[in-house]
Amino acid sequence: MAYNEKVLDHYENPRNVGSLDKQDASVGTGMVGAPACGDVMKLQIRVNEEGIIDDAKFKTFGCGSAIAASSLVTEWVKGKSIDEALAIKNKDIAEELALPPVKIHCSVLAEDAIKSAVADYRSKQKGG
Amino acid sequence: MKLPIYMDYQATTPVDPRVLDAMLPWFVEKFGNPASRSHAYGWEADAAVTKARKQVASLIKADPREIVFTSGATESDNLAIWGVAHFYREKGNHIITPTTEHKAVLDTCRHLEAEGFQVTFLPVQSNGLVDLRMLEAAMTDQTILVSVMAVNNEVGVIQPLEAIGRLCRSRKVLFHCDAAQGLGKMPMDVNAMNIDLLSISAHKIYGPKGIGALYVRRQPRVRLKAILHGGGHERGMRSGTLPTPLLVGLGEACQLAASEMVAEHQRVLALRERLRHGIMSQLTHVELNGDLQARVAGNLNISFNYVEGESLMMAIKDVAVSSGSACTSASLEPSYVLRALGVNEEMAHTSIRFGLGRFSTEEEVDYVVHIVVNGVNKLREMSPLWEMVQDGVDLNNLQWAAH
Repeated sequence: MAYNEKVLDHYENPRNVGSLDKQDASVGTGMVGAPACGDVMKLQIRVNEEGIIDDAKFKTFGCGSAIAASSLVTEWVKGKSIDEALAIKNKDIAEELALPPVKIHCSVLAEDAIKSAVADYRSKQKGG
Repeated sequence: MKLPIYMDYQATTPVDPRVLDAMLPWFVEKFGNPASRSHAYGWEADAAVTKARKQVASLIKADPREIVFTSGATESDNLAIWGVAHFYREKGNHIITPTTEHKAVLDTCRHLEAEGFQVTFLPVQSNGLVDLRMLEAAMTDQTILVSVMAVNNEVGVIQPLEAIGRLCRSRKVLFHCDAAQGLGKMPMDVNAMNIDLLSISAHKIYGPKGIGALYVRRQPRVRLKAILHGGGHERGMRSGTLPTPLLVGLGEACQLAASEMVAEHQRVLALRERLRHGIMSQLTHVELNGDLQARVAGNLNISFNYVEGESLMMAIKDVAVSSGSACTSASLEPSYVLRALGVNEEMAHTSIRFGLGRFSTEEEVDYVVHIVVNGVNKLREMSPLWEMVQDGVDLNNLQWAAH
């Protein structure tokens, strides 16, 4: 399968690969997907006192499109408020990366990863 | 070294230049129809066809009169299975074939099922081999045909043909063997192996695409119903003008395979082992799929745990290989062959098939080892699964949301 240039760019030079301290109360961790389905995304966000996401990291097991979608999402959520981050839709991701129909699930997974990371952050804030 | 390196010899092979040389005169100068009996153009083409038929027959220890030329192994599989089923349907309606066969066999059997035939899709052992006791247990007095491939296209395992043939003969069941991946890579003897029908493909043995053959036993005689009707070529079993240049290519490819098989086997096996040791000595959590001993020399199928197959192929784009990952197919299902071997879905997603052959070199193997090791390490650094395993998390104990 021939890849779109943007997918290739994110795959070759993934942005923000790595991990944040998941014990930190300002960090939200989202893990979505399943190994048996061929993709697992871990997205972490760090939210500062102003409620702005000031850092994001990812690790992804999956195809090139899944890696590209998670890399793109880390770029997009940085500098955004939580509500702005939640407004990112899979359609935006799929459009930006020009994903073919068979790869749309990668963008759905990336959107789910944002939601999951935010939910984890919020539950920590409530608990703390 | 030319990039990308070709390591997909189970998908197809380049035409050997010696094969091409043999073919060339038969396009423009000697273009006659081998079926033309009335002039020299036809006679010379017919002589070329006769020679090719002998070359093909000789590679499988058959009689030239037992060779039916077809467009390739897919047509041969269809003709053998559909043709036998329809000719012998009064005798019985049951066919047995393993679940790891090529789609040309499985899909033909499924179509027969829809017509009312009974088909047993036989599970294989975890090493990929047919269990003879299970095969025997599956036979009924209605069984007319067993179809088992010589060598699996994905994992390269060699089925125990001689034992299967002996069993089939003792039960008076016809034995069809799809030998597309085995021919030229291992000795094939239709008599010693009691094979009644055998499918051949030229492009897997350095011949041209679009040509193949079906061996059909004469003693005791095997009959089949034709699929293509017309001028009655190939003793009525396959009508259609014989493509002389392609046949000459198939014949030459068979002759080269026969004369070079032993040396080529040793050379390719040494390369395969160099590749296997190179990868497995530098990476942990890698697993070989399919039996190592009962395996064709040019095949290495490995699962790289915690790295998805398609992304790995992107990381190693300097080498042309295949993956059992779902993402490489339109179906989103991982390899049915690996699943039949009991490889879990996760590991099937991480599999790569390396195929070596006549033109593979040591330099290529060393380069591929280098890029595979680097690529896997890079992707593992990016893999949340690898991270969890490094942290001592048992992935099997986690609940995953299927999607």
